[in-house]
Amino acid sequence: MAWFSCYLTSGKHMLFYQSFVTVLMLLAITAPVSLAFGFGGAVASRSHFLPLAWFGKLYTSIVRGVPDIVFFLFFVIALDQGIEWMRHQALCPDWSEPIRQGNDFLVCPQAKAPLSTSPQWVHEVYNFSLAVFTFAIVFGAFAANVLYGAMNAVPKAQLETAHAYGMSNRQTFWRILVPQMWVYALPGLGNLWMILIKATPLLFLLGVRDIVYWAKELGGTKSDVYAYPHGDWRIYYFLFLLVFYLAFTRVSEIVIERMTRKLSHGQATAGGEAMRREA
Amino acid sequence: MTCGETFQAYALRSLGIGERLLPKSDITLCDQIVLIGSGLIWNFYFAAIALLVGFILATALAVAKGTKSRWTRKPAEWFIFLFRGSPLFIQFFLAYLTFVQLPKVGVEFTLMGVEFGAGTHWLTRAWLGAALVLVMNTAAYSGEIFYGALRSIPRGDLEAADAYGLTGWHRFRRVVWPTMLRLAWPAYTNEAIFLFHATTLVYFSGFPARKQMGDALYYANYFADKTFNPFVPYPIVAGYFIFGTLLIIAVFGLINKRLNRHLPQERRRKIALRFNLIR
Repeated sequence: MAWFSCYLTSGKHMLFYQSFVTVLMLLAITAPVSLAFGFGGAVASRSHFLPLAWFGKLYTSIVRGVPDIVFFLFFVIALDQGIEWMRHQALCPDWSEPIRQGNDFLVCPQAKAPLSTSPQWVHEVYNFSLAVFTFAIVFGAFAANVLYGAMNAVPKAQLETAHAYGMSNRQTFWRILVPQMWVYALPGLGNLWMILIKATPLLFLLGVRDIVYWAKELGGTKSDVYAYPHGDWRIYYFLFLLVFYLAFTRVSEIVIERMTRKLSHGQATAGGEAMRREA
Repeated sequence: MTCGETFQAYALRSLGIGERLLPKSDITLCDQIVLIGSGLIWNFYFAAIALLVGFILATALAVAKGTKSRWTRKPAEWFIFLFRGSPLFIQFFLAYLTFVQLPKVGVEFTLMGVEFGAGTHWLTRAWLGAALVLVMNTAAYSGEIFYGALRSIPRGDLEAADAYGLTGWHRFRRVVWPTMLRLAWPAYTNEAIFLFHATTLVYFSGFPARKQMGDALYYANYFADKTFNPFVPYPIVAGYFIFGTLLIIAVFGLINKRLNRHLPQERRRKIALRFNLIR
């Protein structure tokens, strides 16, 4: 018992617990950012200015047609190289050698992102923000699709009435369309949230030290150097992660159900009608 | 090497046939296209097995969840919750770690001069272990889809079946099951695409690729690591997957047509494609 309390509070385990915070933080940052991306994408797809509409549609359909994980692997390297390339152009203009030398990608040392001299936490933050950005791009496309559908689901009569009252396009959009679209978007967004939760273990593939990384490290057999030698316990660590995710999705399900009830109140939908009958 | 030679050497590399060493330097576009295409065999294999076996299991799950008896309903509900509520990534890890710890037992027997054998050590190989996880995963997702369809079978159809004196197995086989499939098919098509995309996760979680025999993404990742250039291999994977997705849409569209053939034109259900990501 005492052994376990020591074991579970060792320094490495503290890092393990912290990584749960990392995952929650990722969710907390990604959700609003990708919602913003999605909103932008949906508005772009609806735009009357054709190139913008094409851009919006292209964005959503490309990201949705390709396996997620390909995007995750691709975007992180592509972003990293893109940033380094731009810094290279800006910081060392008189660098004569080509950047792509055969199989290598070489930029001048000043353009490395982050700088090789910077402390460990800068590297971690940099990796983490790349991951957040990638998640936001991918999930933004999905959210754009949901919001686009929701905007089209708002009854046309509502918008026509707004025009008849003399509202401008902009006013109609912000005062009539946006407040009403959420009830139509919520099932889709709720689904997306569940998928987002279940996508977080992919952080591991992006090189962030997340819960999967630590579960693998701590569960593995340790040499004598390590303070707490034990057998292969990875299975228990992963079982714990499984329970964590199950609990998390269950709680989310309940919260989303409550939100749906709240939003349906007084709406001209089947759900709203059912609530009116009940009352 | 010319492209023809490359094709001979690497077309079946993912099955262990052909050149043993992967190209290390002077990687040509042809190398990448052939080898990644070779890996695609595994993706098709996993998707086909999971869909075929998962379909049967999913029907059983849906029926079990629809029964009144607690003893059949509860296990089905738990099974579906377990596999839908947790990330596939974690499921792979956990399954692999469990399979590794299983005692190594095997049976061998001779039937008509041919030796057969079966052993638990196969479970640690991707072709069986990962396929098993994918089967159960897709069974849970499609079971939920089928259950929803089962509940929305028109009451008139069931009453007609009763009026004709159909009972038990006959009633299920002739009326309930076809109608359930017809109603569920659009959603099931999306699930199939989604599963096809999910096969890319196999070699990125617990299951190791033995002798570098991996799937499409495994080779793409290999090339991206070797050339430091993600802009070639990942778009190739994406292209292959878009092709595979179109194939699934075509096949499932034909089945959908057949399921709907007795209905008047305007009541046929079209497949509305809704792409999803990570499970």
